[in-house]
Amino acid sequence: MNSLSQFLSLSDANVRYVVIGCVLLGISSGLMGVYTLLRKRALIGDAIAHAVLPGICIAFMLSGVRNTWVLFAGAVVTGSLAVYLVDLITRRSRLKPDAAIALVLSVFFGAGILLLTIIQSSGNAAQSGLDKFLFGKAAAMLPEDLWLFGVVLLLVVLVLLTGYKDFKLLAFDKGYAQSQGIPVKALEMVLSTLTVLTVATGIQAVGVVLMSSLLIAPAAASRYWTHRLSGMLILSAILATLGAYIGAFISYTKPGMPTGPWIVVVLSCITLASMLLAPNQGVIARYLQRRKHRNKILQENILKAFFHLGEKKNNQALAFGMEVLRQQRDMPVARLKSGLRQLVRQGSLLDTNEGYQLTRSGLEAATRVVRLHRLWELYLSRHLNIAPDHVHEDAEGIEHLITPELERELELLLDSPGIDPHDSQIPYTQKDRNR
Amino acid sequence: MDAFWIILTGSLVALNGALLGSFLLLRRMSLVGDAISHAVLPGIVVAYLFTASLTSPFLLVGAALTGLAATWIIETLNQKARLQHDAAIGLTFTLLFAIGVILVASFAGQIDLDMDCVLYGEIAYVPLDTITLASGIGMGPKQVWTLGIVFVGLIILLLTGYRGLSLTTFDAGYAAALGFNTSFWHYALMGAVSLSTVAAFESVGAILVVAFLVGPAATAFLLTRSLKWMLLIASAVGIASAISGYYLALWLDGSISGAMALMTGVIFALAFVWQMVVKR
Repeated sequence: MNSLSQFLSLSDANVRYVVIGCVLLGISSGLMGVYTLLRKRALIGDAIAHAVLPGICIAFMLSGVRNTWVLFAGAVVTGSLAVYLVDLITRRSRLKPDAAIALVLSVFFGAGILLLTIIQSSGNAAQSGLDKFLFGKAAAMLPEDLWLFGVVLLLVVLVLLTGYKDFKLLAFDKGYAQSQGIPVKALEMVLSTLTVLTVATGIQAVGVVLMSSLLIAPAAASRYWTHRLSGMLILSAILATLGAYIGAFISYTKPGMPTGPWIVVVLSCITLASMLLAPNQGVIARYLQRRKHRNKILQENILKAFFHLGEKKNNQALAFGMEVLRQQRDMPVARLKSGLRQLVRQGSLLDTNEGYQLTRSGLEAATRVVRLHRLWELYLSRHLNIAPDHVHEDAEGIEHLITPELERELELLLDSPGIDPHDSQIPYTQKDRNR
Repeated sequence: MDAFWIILTGSLVALNGALLGSFLLLRRMSLVGDAISHAVLPGIVVAYLFTASLTSPFLLVGAALTGLAATWIIETLNQKARLQHDAAIGLTFTLLFAIGVILVASFAGQIDLDMDCVLYGEIAYVPLDTITLASGIGMGPKQVWTLGIVFVGLIILLLTGYRGLSLTTFDAGYAAALGFNTSFWHYALMGAVSLSTVAAFESVGAILVVAFLVGPAATAFLLTRSLKWMLLIASAVGIASAISGYYLALWLDGSISGAMALMTGVIFALAFVWQMVVKR
């Protein structure tokens, strides 16, 4: 607990730098990640991150000093070159973007490793720590690093705010943006440059290999919670900050633990949790929705079977057992049982000694489904000229989806018809007629 | 003699990469290959925990299963959680690689695995680790044997499964209609990629594996439209990169893996310029 309070209070200058640095980085990469994700270029960040390494090495070889700004300039040059090459290879050959990205990143990284080992074997004393770029050096951030991160973040925020509307169009619908006369090429270049700047700073925290996670994970997580660009940007920045902060803390509590990988693990866990738990878009929410829908269809099909049986006997107050129901409409016993249970619980069916019996509300619901089915069959055959023996299948699906508004439209269009194409009554209850 | 063994090791990695990479490229899965080569790290670390090195074939296969798991995770994220494909790749391999790095840090005292070595290997040390028979006859470096066995296995896979692999690559629907099991060939290919990655890992590290999976195949793809020629050209390009990379590294006194990776790019650049000139 001592370490926690020490960490939270930021009293230790070292901790302060790490936390501020990670937060600054987190916000820029969280913001830029949203755009790379939406433009389906999530892995371009990976290519840039790997391509940054030779730039850093060349900058160091030329200048001979380990100055943050000089190395950063070198990183930006080769990072931009990588983006350009991926684009060039994709445009001027049969290779697809994914192959171009993989090629550029591995070759640039190979070149970077070659240069790095050359520098190391040259025995320059100032080189120590250059290899920290491979896995990040979050634990050893300097004040001048923070200034750099701050400047990049400021730039990212300013540019994104200024061109917010145009970038939004570009991210969601490039073709439309082009047709509106928006300078798509120039804007894409701006976004690429900002991504390069972000990646070139981000690798200082998590390193070359793991950088793409900083771009992808927060943006992907935020996508599950909202579809609005503004919401995604804010949430992605917050999640990235949170992940960077928690990751930095975990590695702080255990000596010898690398910061970058912990940030990545925390961020990935946030993303996986969002994936599962987010309302509407999450895996669990979608599963529940699907189950609800499946049960609704099951219930309506059972009610329909009751209605048809009652219709044959001209008495909707009769009770039917499972066997009779299954003869009317074949379905697995377990499904039927669970459907009947649900309907009894809802008050649509009564569980009597002779079997199950429709209640008043059950009869209303059953009548409605059958009515919708028959209305749709009539609509298909009358207005779309589909043969009467072909309309049943389609109506089986749509009957569960038609809303009361659509139902009224159908009735108007069909002029409140009495019988369907198979000469069956289109049923109404007393309550329906009173409407 | 050392030069011979190093170049042979590099060439074997290159051959494995070129053959598998060609199929990956045609299936538009080059980045999945990239992801696998990073994602096997946790499997390798765990394998290292059991033995000092990846000598046992059982551990080799065990570690390779991590690669298969990674492809499965990518597919699941993509299909069940509706995450777009590139993001699923990026998320999966970074997470697994991060877990691997954390494992290395946690068991730093117990395993002899250097993080830099994970990325670019120590191919220069390959000739030092040799197998000697009880009778005292030197059998050459251990790594060469491991890679050689994987290479032979790969050739057998290609010879016996060529039709299945190529048909499912070019037209999955047609292959399925003919009765080929597309997901079997998918996972067979992914398994082969993971296995050859793990086998190459100790000597050359993740970076050269990726370079050899992509570079030679991409070069060959620009030069021919026939799969057989593509496999042959890719193999030749791979070996040429290994040889030229070795001498480049020797000349510059730098990492051999890095130089070999760079050479795949140089040869690709030549082919790229050539096809642009020819097209005109």
